[in-house]
Amino acid sequence: MRITPKLATLLVLAALVAITPFFFPSGYYYRVGALIFVNGIAVTGIVILTGYAGQISLGHAGFAGIGGYACALAPVHLGLHPALAVVLGAAVSALLAYLVGRPILRLKGYYLGVATLGFGILVSMVLNNERDLTRGPDGIDVPELGLRALLKDQGLNLTNGEFWYFFCGICLILGAWIALNLHDSPAGRALRALHGSEVAARTVGIDVARMKLSAFVISAVYASVSGSLLALQNKFITPDVAGFMHSIEMVTMAVLGGVGSVLGAILGAGILTLLPQVLTVFAEYEQMVLGLVMVLVMIFLREGLLPSILRRLRGRGE
Amino acid sequence: MSELLQFLFSGVTVGAVYALVALGFTIIYNASDVVNFAQGEFVMLGGMITWFAHAAGLPLPLAALSAIVVTAALGVAMNKLMIEPARGAPVVSLIIITIGASIFIQGAAQLVFDKQIHSFPAFSGDAPIRVGGATILPQSLWVIGGALVVFAGLWVFFTRTLLGRAVLATSNNRLAAQLVGINTNFVMALSFAVSAGIGALAGVLATPITLVAYNVGIGFALKGFAGAMLGGMGNPKGALVGGFAIGLIEALTAGYLSSQYKDAAAFVVILAVLFFMPQGLFGRKSADRV
Repeated sequence: MRITPKLATLLVLAALVAITPFFFPSGYYYRVGALIFVNGIAVTGIVILTGYAGQISLGHAGFAGIGGYACALAPVHLGLHPALAVVLGAAVSALLAYLVGRPILRLKGYYLGVATLGFGILVSMVLNNERDLTRGPDGIDVPELGLRALLKDQGLNLTNGEFWYFFCGICLILGAWIALNLHDSPAGRALRALHGSEVAARTVGIDVARMKLSAFVISAVYASVSGSLLALQNKFITPDVAGFMHSIEMVTMAVLGGVGSVLGAILGAGILTLLPQVLTVFAEYEQMVLGLVMVLVMIFLREGLLPSILRRLRGRGE
Repeated sequence: MSELLQFLFSGVTVGAVYALVALGFTIIYNASDVVNFAQGEFVMLGGMITWFAHAAGLPLPLAALSAIVVTAALGVAMNKLMIEPARGAPVVSLIIITIGASIFIQGAAQLVFDKQIHSFPAFSGDAPIRVGGATILPQSLWVIGGALVVFAGLWVFFTRTLLGRAVLATSNNRLAAQLVGINTNFVMALSFAVSAGIGALAGVLATPITLVAYNVGIGFALKGFAGAMLGGMGNPKGALVGGFAIGLIEALTAGYLSSQYKDAAAFVVILAVLFFMPQGLFGRKSADRV
């Protein structure tokens, strides 16, 4: 069997998820790993939207907020199982992305950036202000997913940290697999074509508006699922998940690692999730470093870390 | 009736601040086609540096002047270090760069100053002036006057001075401007200095009313952008009218609908403008070169 780039990416991911726990000095690292995977899922969505289709969103945390609060609210108010709440959150996010995206995606560049930014801020404003429903800025409890107890009945006894590490890891691999399949599909080629030139894409018969909208909806679902998984593993959520900084973090992670590459973007998510955990003194400088990373990467490594490194390695081999 | 008048007063006051931010956007956009998302941080810096210098013992006018000069210098540095090296980059990259600059400035302001909310005394006292059953603060008149003076100054600069025309020529066609001997790098640096200085001035004038903290910039940037867009991107007259309009819409929303959602008004305007008249009130229809 030939090892395609797609298969290689999935193998690398699976190996990372499976092997790194052997090097964990304490159980705490399972939690950090799970956080990286959750961010990795959101960032994979950004790869589809920004890396493939060339559209920017500065409001994707809004969808993460919807996914997260769906898990907090739907089980209590609608009596849904938390797993179904994840699906409901994703469906609501997709519908909203569809409705908002139709007019927004006619816009380009700066206007698209500001429109999505406005959307994200509206969502976080609603989560902060509708105290009767969301309990406002203090956050709200999220029910237990219950899957760990189910596994225990089957004889698979995992600690809470281990469970969320492997569960989020598997979700990330699934998400990456879907994104990679999309990359090589006719739809993915259409997205990359309109990224190159919308006019050229239109002249070869690509429905540019529809393709951009699909990319927006798909990436919204990724963000929503990521928000849901975050809420479920923390059993708690605050409106910060929908905040402007979270949107910016998503974009920064993606561009740092390489927004055109699923593995690169996940690497970016890993680096930016790890940094504050490794350097506790880093907390004060977090915002400065985040901003500096965005600027420096865009000036010096426009493709991002991983693609730049791979290019250099390949250049040396030839 | 006096209630409406009161809302209008407060709307015109914040509107003047948004108009100043929108004018700052316009200058940089005209010179370089870059929308500088860090524009709001200049407002924050204007307020923060003035507070800091005043608290350190400088008289208020001197503190204000130093804030404007320092912020203008930072604007030039930002152009030199962040925007110039990225010339020719795709719009998505430029958005990320200016947002990154904005986050960086916020983070630095947290460290250099602090995370508290600050203010300094109003320029001509706090005694409200009564007009037709409503009141207006003397500081509001300073803000409104500031916006009008800056607008008039820019108008004279762009239409009556050689340097101002050089800026316009650069925005029209950089290469052609270079060919007729315009130092386009200087023009870029100048636009960032003027734009940052105007932003800082907005911060200096508004802080006694709106207060200042390290994180107020992004809100100003968004509303200023909404104003610039409502008026028509790149048009100074549009920026002035658009800024005031956003301020009024916000104040009326807060007064009659919901004060919690007053910040939403600007975004609703942004979306409405984008959908129904993307070229804004005074803008020209644009077409892309393929």
